[in-house]
This record gives sequence, structure tokens and C-alpha cells, in this order.
Amino acid sequence: MLEICDLAARVAGKEILNGVNLTVNAGEVHAIMGPNGSGKSTLAQVLAGREDYEVTRGSVSFEGHDLLAMRAEERARAGLFLGFQYPVEIPGVNNVYLLKAALNAKRKAAGEPEVDAYDFLALIRQKMKFMQMSETFLTRGVNEGFSGGEKKRNEVLQMLVLEPKLAILDETDSGLDIDALKVVSQGVNSLRDPARAVVLVTHYQRLLDYVIPDYVHVLSGGRIVKSGDKSLAQELERRGYDWVMEPKVA
Amino acid sequence: MSSKSQEVEALVGQKYRHGFITDIESDSLPPGLDEDVVAAISKKKHEPEFLLKWRLKAFRHWQTMKEPTWAHVHYKPIDYQDISYYSAPRAPANAPKSLDEVDPKLLATYEKLGIPLHERARLAGVAVDAVFDSVSVATTFKEKLGKAGVIFCSFSDAVRNHPELIERYLGTVVPTGDNFFAALNSAVFSDGSFVYVPPGVRCPMELSTYFRINAAKTGQFERTLIIAAEGASVSYLEGCTAPMRDENQLHAAVVELVALDDAQIKYSTVQNWYPGDENGLGGIYNFVTKRGECRGRNSKISWTQVETGSAITWKYPSCVLKGENSIGEFYSVAVANNYQQADTGTKMIHIGKNTKSTIVSKGISAGHAENTYRGLVKILPSASGARNFTQCDSLLMGPKCAAHTFPYMEVKNPTATVEHEASTSKIGEDQLFYCLQRGISAEDAVNMIVSGFCKVVFKELPMEFAVEAQNLLSVSLEGAVG
Repeated sequence: MLEICDLAARVAGKEILNGVNLTVNAGEVHAIMGPNGSGKSTLAQVLAGREDYEVTRGSVSFEGHDLLAMRAEERARAGLFLGFQYPVEIPGVNNVYLLKAALNAKRKAAGEPEVDAYDFLALIRQKMKFMQMSETFLTRGVNEGFSGGEKKRNEVLQMLVLEPKLAILDETDSGLDIDALKVVSQGVNSLRDPARAVVLVTHYQRLLDYVIPDYVHVLSGGRIVKSGDKSLAQELERRGYDWVMEPKVA
Repeated sequence: MSSKSQEVEALVGQKYRHGFITDIESDSLPPGLDEDVVAAISKKKHEPEFLLKWRLKAFRHWQTMKEPTWAHVHYKPIDYQDISYYSAPRAPANAPKSLDEVDPKLLATYEKLGIPLHERARLAGVAVDAVFDSVSVATTFKEKLGKAGVIFCSFSDAVRNHPELIERYLGTVVPTGDNFFAALNSAVFSDGSFVYVPPGVRCPMELSTYFRINAAKTGQFERTLIIAAEGASVSYLEGCTAPMRDENQLHAAVVELVALDDAQIKYSTVQNWYPGDENGLGGIYNFVTKRGECRGRNSKISWTQVETGSAITWKYPSCVLKGENSIGEFYSVAVANNYQQADTGTKMIHIGKNTKSTIVSKGISAGHAENTYRGLVKILPSASGARNFTQCDSLLMGPKCAAHTFPYMEVKNPTATVEHEASTSKIGEDQLFYCLQRGISAEDAVNMIVSGFCKVVFKELPMEFAVEAQNLLSVSLEGAVG
């Protein structure tokens, strides 16, 4: 589904990614771990098509398409979803309105008719219930005045409504209490499907107790330095990152 | 004074001798402005003498005044002698009595502009008093309003049919010598709208006027006067668009609102005059004086404006809060794109006790535009217990535009409460990317973010206007990002 080859990227002239190689197949859950500043979030943003990041080398193929040649909104419509680490507030824009616009943009790209307002409301109510979100989310502005935990739940809610092929969740677990973490994990797990893939970008192993990954990778110095299964995450939890990190090159 | 009025009469006589009479039946006056022109306009409109005197007084005052330069706008000097001060559509000598009598070409132009006058009026239940290049061509729903006792007509009709109201109220809110542009307007105004809502009457429908500027090189000088008598209420909508053109056009309107005891006036504007092209060529100069006076106790005047057009906007709808417990409100969205310049805001003058004002200003700048909020909150010694809340937010789109905020406050009563909040934000790259990542196109995303930013103001607009305003906003900001 996703094939990253020798991907290098920089932001503001600074090299952040330096030859990332990663293959994600349908049905798989990958966790990308690593210390702060290792390039985890950059990788997520580059894949989602943020323009501030300049790709200097490498290629990314998504479902056989050249992902890097696609605009951010095209990637989204093709089924790539990024759960943001810091979901932004958009004051005055209704939360549901944005989500409906997003779903319709995707449907339109797929040649499907726009979603019926009544059906949409029924759908979103059902997903909100699943995510244990209160009805007030229907009327509030996008992330406006949401707590950190509410924002993350909202990200997962959006993901469940948009049903992406590939979900990249950037530290969706950070800032969550244990109950919220369980709800969010349940949301992610509900999306697991042989036709979909999930990439979890996380700093801690905690989330991986609830969303069991098939593969765990350690990103350090802008490249993947170690890969393994779930036991790698546990080992990282025990031993920290130092033992896998690349020595700094002057 | 009497020698003055003799002068006036002499002038009126003079213009006959100079053959202005031959121009009265023609479509427009030649460019230029002097007392003869002022008198000719008055003559063309068969105005009573008091009005002619009033115009001439204004003109003389205007001659002593200098064009203001304090606004944060830049434009080439206007040659006031190169403007024609009167133009009327080609029509029979007598004004049309119904739509059937209106020049079909004129109606076709309205259609082109997307304003099916009768249709829209009928469907929306809105009475439309259409001003086309200075002369009212049609007024609808007069009868229904008439039953309620509401007078809603062109300014000229009001001068003819209700001269006593004109004489009593005209210039009492915006005096002839108030400012350069108001003085000019007072001297040469051609037409506009007049509303009188009698005591205790709630106007049964939204009143709406569409202003259009059409003939080239014709300054447009509208005059609007709205009076809500004791306990009356009225909502007035003003919407503007203009066809494409190359030359800058001067527009200097004056709007006066008078609210007596317990009266309410809500004045909403959607202004979309031609802003010039993307290189800053052409566009309307919009120098407008709008002021309302809450003359009576417990009265309320509310201005809501969505300003997307004009090359230059210079406009400060204001409230003079004289009556005790009176309320003034100003809700504004001002959009400036490409090379547009907007210097707009409000003045809230608190005179009466326990007067209250609210200012919410949302400025949006894109391209190379300059957007300035200029506001004055003045609390006089007599205004004990006065309260003001001001919120000014600016949204910047792109690196080349600018936003400025000049909030002035003069508080001369220690019991007053004045609050001011201001913010400037860039249209978030983060917000934009968030929407893009959800599959929403850049254009839709910008519209969404901007609408959200303006929501508190749009909420104040009548429903059908809010929709129109939203559409306008997206048209105005087309291509601003992405």
C-alpha cells in the first residue's frame, strides 16, 4: 500500500529525514517510535503533503501512485488520513460542517453523490457514541475550546467517518488519560481491516498495549535504524532509545 | 441672512439666463461644479427653496474645506471639476409610476446583475426602492407599507410629498459642514432613499435598496434619511454592486438615522462595488458618511456592514447616543484584496446616561491590500454608567497585505466601563493544511475559515443577506490563497 524509498526531506534548510525506507502493506499496523527530534512528525507531515517540507530525495508510492506528485487534498481524497499531533482550532467553523465537507470532497473525487444530510447526521451520531463524545460536539467550532483529549477524540472521530485506507496517527496518544486512551485505541482498532493500514507515530509504548502493532520501527537521525515486532517497543520502554540510536555524525 | 437668500434667488435666476434650463431635460450635466450646478440640480428636481438654500450653504462650506488626508489610504488627487454631478437614465420626462413604465433596458441591466427586481421583491417579501444612477426607477410594495403608515420612497419623492419631514430632519445628524465629503454630498446629492416609520409601528417588512453606479464618470451622491418615531422599529438593507469599468469613480453618500424614544433601527449593508482589477486599476472610491442618532430614551441603532468592494473605502458608521439607556451597535466585516484599501470603523459617542455600545470589527486583508480599523469611543461627562465593548480582529492572507488598528478612546466620566479586545492572525497555514488534509480544496478551505472568522457579524445580518454576504466573500477572496 505504502512504499517509502530512501526518502529525504528538509525544512527551513535543515535536513530532517535522511533516507527513510518503509513498506506498509494492507491489513498491517506499524508503529514508528523514536526520541524527540528524530523526524517522526516530519515523516507524517511529508507523507500528508505539507508544503513547508522539501523532499530532496527518494520516492513514495501509495496504492501504486506517486504520492509525492499529489497535492495534499488529493492524497486525502485518495484515502490517506493524518491524525494531527496538535489539531488546530478553526473558530466559527462548525465541527460537523467541516467533517461533512471533507466526506463530500472525498465522495466527489470517487464519483459518488454527496452524502444526504440526514444520513450523515445518523452516521456521525453513531460514531460519536462509539467515541463517547457528547452531543455538544455537533454544534461547536472545529476544536474550538476543546481540551487536549477532546481534540484527539475528534481526530479519531474524523478518521472513523472518513474511513481512510491509510491512517497515520501522529502522537494521538499524547496527553490522554487512561480512559481516553482506551476510547481512542478502541476507535483505532475498529478501523483495523485487511484492506486498511495504520501507522502509529508515538513516543511511548503505552498506546501499543491497546493497539497491538505488527511492526515497530525506531526512527533516529532521520532514518529507520531498527525494526522489529511488538517486543521491540517493550524493550525500548525498558531500555530507552540510546542503545539503538545512531551515533551523531559531526 | 436675507442678503444671502437674495443671492440665492439671484443665482437661481442667473442660471436661467445662462441657459441651464436647456440642460434640465438632458440626461446629465457637463462635468464641473459651481453654484450654478448646485442650483441646476435643485431645479431639475423641482426642489423647494429651503433645500436649494441648504445645498448652497453646504457648497459654500465645502469650498472652504480641504479633502481629509488622515485616513490610511492613498490615491491620486480627485479633480472635482472633472466629474459630472447629475445623470439620469434615458426615460420619459415623467417618472415611471410602475415597473411597466420603466425603461426595459434598465430592467435588463438589473437582470444581468442578478437582481430580478419584481421577482426578488415578491418572493422575498422585500420592498425595493431601486436607485439607478441617481434616479429612482421603481418602488414596490408601497401600498402594503402605506397601510402600516410607513413612508418608504426615493428621497426626491419625499422632498415632493413630505417636505416638512425633510426640513425637520435633514442634516440634523450629519450637518452640512460635517466633513469634506458630507458637505459635497449635501451640495450635490441627487437622490437616495427616505424612510419614516410612525410612532408605535413595527415596519412589516425588511426594506431594501440596491444602489448601482452605471454611467461613466458620474459621481454618485446618495442621500438617505431614516426616521423611526417613538416606539417604531425598522430594518433596512442596502446592497451594492457595480459593473466593470476602468475609471475611478467617486462615491460620497450620506446616511442619517434618527431614532426617537424606544425606537429601533437596524441598518445592514453589503457593499460590493467594483474594487479595481488585480493590478489596482479602476475601482470605486467610496467615501461615505453614515451616522445614526439615538435621540430618544431606550432607543437602539445597529449597523451591520459587509464591505468587500471599492478600491478605497472610507467609512465610519457611527452612533450618537443621546437618549438615556440608548444602545449603539456596529458589526463589520471589511475585506480588502489585491490593491484595495479600506479605512473603516465606527464612532460611538456616549452622551446620555447608561448608554451602551458594542463594536465588533473583522478585517480581512489579502494580496497587497491595506485594511485599517479606526474607531472612536467617546464618553462625555454626562454619560454616567456608559459602557462600551470593542472587539477588533484582523485576518491576514499572504505576506504582502497589512492590517492596522487605530482605536481611540476618550473617557470623561469615571463611572464608564470601556473594554477593548484586539487580535491579528495570519490565516493559519496550519488551519489551511488541516482542511487540505481532510480533502477539502484550498478555495473551500479559505472560504470556510474566513466565514468562521466572520460568523459573529454574519449572524447579525438578515437571513437572505447573510447568504449573499457569504457568497460575496468567497468571490472577493478568490485566488487569495493556494
